[in-house]
Amino acid sequence: MIGFVLFFAWLGFGGDYVWSLYGGHPFPLLGIVLTVGAIITARVAYQTGPEKVLWSTGAHEVIDPQTDAERQLVNVVEEMSIAAGLPRPRIWIVPDEDPNAFATGHGPGDSHIAVTQGLLRICNREELQAVIGHELGHVKNFDVRLMTMLAALVGAVLLARDGMGRMMGGRGSRFGRVEEEGKKGAGPLLAIVLALWLISWVLAPLVTQLLALAVSRRREYLADDMSAQFTRNPLALASALEKIEGAAAPTTAITSGAAHLCIADPLGRRFTNHEGWLGDVFATHPPMGKRIAILKGMGYAQLKKAAQPQ
Amino acid sequence: MLVLLALAVIVVVWMIAAYNGLISLKNQTVNAFKQIDVQLKRRHDLIPNLVNAVKGAMDFEKSTLEAVIQARNQAVKVNAAGTGPQDVKQISQAENALSGALSRLLVTVERYPELKATGNVGQLQEELTSTENRIAFARQLYNDTATQYNTKQQQFPTTLVAGLAHAERADLWEIEDQAERAVPQVDLTSR
Repeated sequence: MIGFVLFFAWLGFGGDYVWSLYGGHPFPLLGIVLTVGAIITARVAYQTGPEKVLWSTGAHEVIDPQTDAERQLVNVVEEMSIAAGLPRPRIWIVPDEDPNAFATGHGPGDSHIAVTQGLLRICNREELQAVIGHELGHVKNFDVRLMTMLAALVGAVLLARDGMGRMMGGRGSRFGRVEEEGKKGAGPLLAIVLALWLISWVLAPLVTQLLALAVSRRREYLADDMSAQFTRNPLALASALEKIEGAAAPTTAITSGAAHLCIADPLGRRFTNHEGWLGDVFATHPPMGKRIAILKGMGYAQLKKAAQPQ
Repeated sequence: MLVLLALAVIVVVWMIAAYNGLISLKNQTVNAFKQIDVQLKRRHDLIPNLVNAVKGAMDFEKSTLEAVIQARNQAVKVNAAGTGPQDVKQISQAENALSGALSRLLVTVERYPELKATGNVGQLQEELTSTENRIAFARQLYNDTATQYNTKQQQFPTTLVAGLAHAERADLWEIEDQAERAVPQVDLTSR
């Protein structure tokens, strides 16, 4: 958060410096405006982030369970909350036939878990427990807070960039006029500073996006581990992931903004299956095959016993 | 001289952190233990309503239902009689008897698949399964928290502070009655 605000301050005061070199006023108005704007935007986006994500997927909250499936979902979430030692999160259902689930919120005291209709349809009780356990793992690790913050920052940077773009366009003609009277000595240094400043504008949203992706993969593995710890049944999660992977259709209700919060990549991107550096940087989720293999490894003793002739 | 002072400050800060960590874990352990009681009480409160809801549909299994009610009343009585450490054995015996009666009820419901289609009975099954799961998870959470507490007390640098924090080893929940460890026999031959 602090880094984000400082970054904006640098951008703003840098802009003022450039402006002053062209003979503009010495008062760092731009810097202050941008810094304050960044703080306010980031705070508002952070507070309202989870509600916006849920709204964008068209989810409805389960307050008074009507169907058997909803009752079972509420029971399973409460059971896993006990196992995780967390207060019960608010429960949402996304009306999409593709099986998926995500968690959002600010932390254990104020968290939301959403599942799609498709997930409720294809998973049995044990698998549902495992998936909810995975999401609660994200909540317990404060992954939800990290992801909400990063999403808020990406959004704020994009907004600010658009705003600045409009302002720059308006002043372009003024720059042209001033150049003729401009200070000759400061020429090359000025060009470098201006170039750096412009590049950082372009890179800012990319950098925040990359940050979000870099932490995603490791935290997915960690959430898988925590699910196995809560349920003491890693094979249930392995089986759930296999079913989710098998139902190949992309989850249309969940857009790329919320993708990194889900249990499986809702956009079905092929990058996800790449191991190694490139995959680590650009994919939001680890390869499903690897996740399943790790979980089956944990459940080795169970598998071995099941395979023995009775 | 300054170096010694800095070292002393670091040691004191560490001691405070370790002490607070132990206190936090001790309280979490006590909380987790009481959570089990919360779930057991929830079960006591839930059973009469559930049994009433299915009485009509399951008239022919009256004895099974009555066994459940009786076990539940016994468990409530034992819990009310006392909750000190000397009563723990009796309480857990009563609770285990209730669990046994409930699982017999669930097995009975399984033998009549057409019953599950009747709304109330399906709900009964789900609620009972959830209740037993919650009790099991509450015990699991208690054991996990107690293990964390024990481990932290016994690990090297923290043991030095453990005495100061009055940290005692927490007992894990375990099965008292050896008969429960036997593999359950499920007889599906007669109907």
